[in-house]
Amino acid sequence: MKFTKDHEWVRLDGDVATVGISKHAADALGDVVFVETPEAGKTVSVGDSFAVVESVKAASDVYAPIAGEVIEGNAVLATAPETVNADAEGEGWFAKIKVSDASVLDGLMDRAAYDAYLTTL
Amino acid sequence: MSDQALKTTPLNAAHRALGARMVGFGGYDMPVQYEGVLAEHRWTREHAGLFDVSHMGQAKITGVDAIAQFERFVPGDYEIVKPGKQKYTLLLNEQGGVMDDLMAGKPFEDGLYIVVNAGNKHADFAFLNANLSGDAKLEVLDRALLAIQGPEAAAVMAAHSAELADMGFMDCRTIRLFDEDCIVSRSGYTGEDGYEISVPAAAAERVWNLLLSDERVKPVGLGARDSLRLEAGLPLHGHDIDAATTPVEAGLTFALSKSRKERADFAGAETILKQLADGPARVRVGLHVKEGAPAREGAEIADMDGAVIGKVTSGGPSPSQGRNIAMGYVPPAFAELGTELKVLVRGRPAAAEVVATPFVPTRYYRKPKA
Repeated sequence: MKFTKDHEWVRLDGDVATVGISKHAADALGDVVFVETPEAGKTVSVGDSFAVVESVKAASDVYAPIAGEVIEGNAVLATAPETVNADAEGEGWFAKIKVSDASVLDGLMDRAAYDAYLTTL
Repeated sequence: MSDQALKTTPLNAAHRALGARMVGFGGYDMPVQYEGVLAEHRWTREHAGLFDVSHMGQAKITGVDAIAQFERFVPGDYEIVKPGKQKYTLLLNEQGGVMDDLMAGKPFEDGLYIVVNAGNKHADFAFLNANLSGDAKLEVLDRALLAIQGPEAAAVMAAHSAELADMGFMDCRTIRLFDEDCIVSRSGYTGEDGYEISVPAAAAERVWNLLLSDERVKPVGLGARDSLRLEAGLPLHGHDIDAATTPVEAGLTFALSKSRKERADFAGAETILKQLADGPARVRVGLHVKEGAPAREGAEIADMDGAVIGKVTSGGPSPSQGRNIAMGYVPPAFAELGTELKVLVRGRPAAAEVVATPFVPTRYYRKPKA
């Protein structure tokens, strides 16, 4: 699993990346009450706002950590947005993306580097 | 505003000790949440929530001219407010706009006690200092202010003073409580029964911890304070009302006393009376956003043909009702209950309907008539 400075995570299985927001980001947001995930077929570029996550207080954009075509948005989050708080880096994933260029991952942080980055915030 | 510029309340260390997440609000470093907004919201609706609202401005207006001078800028009749009572009012500008909304009452033998919004207090106090004439004087009170709100608040407080149980909604008295001279009003900003308690700053932490030692009481941050007041249909100054909004547009005409309307002797009276007679161009309504994401402040409101007719001024999920609610302004032709509208959330139209406020029924304590 790799992480961005904007607190998204990516896990690559073959050419399909599962993406979500980190536990740190979910904790910082507080109670998640609404998630808008991208629809299948949508093409995203690195840095695109591809999803929205809302706490009681505010809406936050989620940026695509990797480019490609969305295969699936996590339908569970439409009815159970609290899954993001309960299991941000597992069941609370946002989308699966068919990756066009996996080399982007080389520029992202691994868990140890991300944990170190969090201590600098 | 940088963190260094933020002021603190006497309870800052207590919030940090409870692990609160702190944010800047109204110039103060304030707790936005402790265990979580939803849990704190629900706890307040079911038990008793304790809020630090010491960032709000408290002051006393004294002098034989106090009421007459104060009334120049507010539309309430304070001559007829009885000792031991308070009344919600509005600080108005010459255009009839709401510079602030506030509570003003008579807990003292003389003069008025006012509580104003944190973000406006410096402007309010400067305005009153500059404009109160005669022997009326503003004295800022450097005290802490706690609010205890919820269906169990009265039972919690009854253990500390029998006199509190005798108070009805909007009573406001000076009471010896916690071995201190406290100014207590039976009111709040959640729609629940409860009290706001002004205590000397030096006693704040002791009183806070004493109240929290009751298992019916939990600390509640500004996040839930906002969702609670939204459900109660209460406007937030700077968002739902401001200096460019009149009480008629905002649906706050209950704050216009009959005698004061007849005398038309308050700031902005001409504009306000004209709007009362002719009808305003826009009015504040409650909205149920029936699909999609919560509509936040700034979201556009459109009619069924897609024409933009207004804006959301605050909105979000209703934790008590599990639906998305909002307040905003629309022309009166679209303000009828049941009117179908659209709210544009991130450019996408979502179905909405004009509904009555408060969204959640209020439970203020009305004393049985003797």
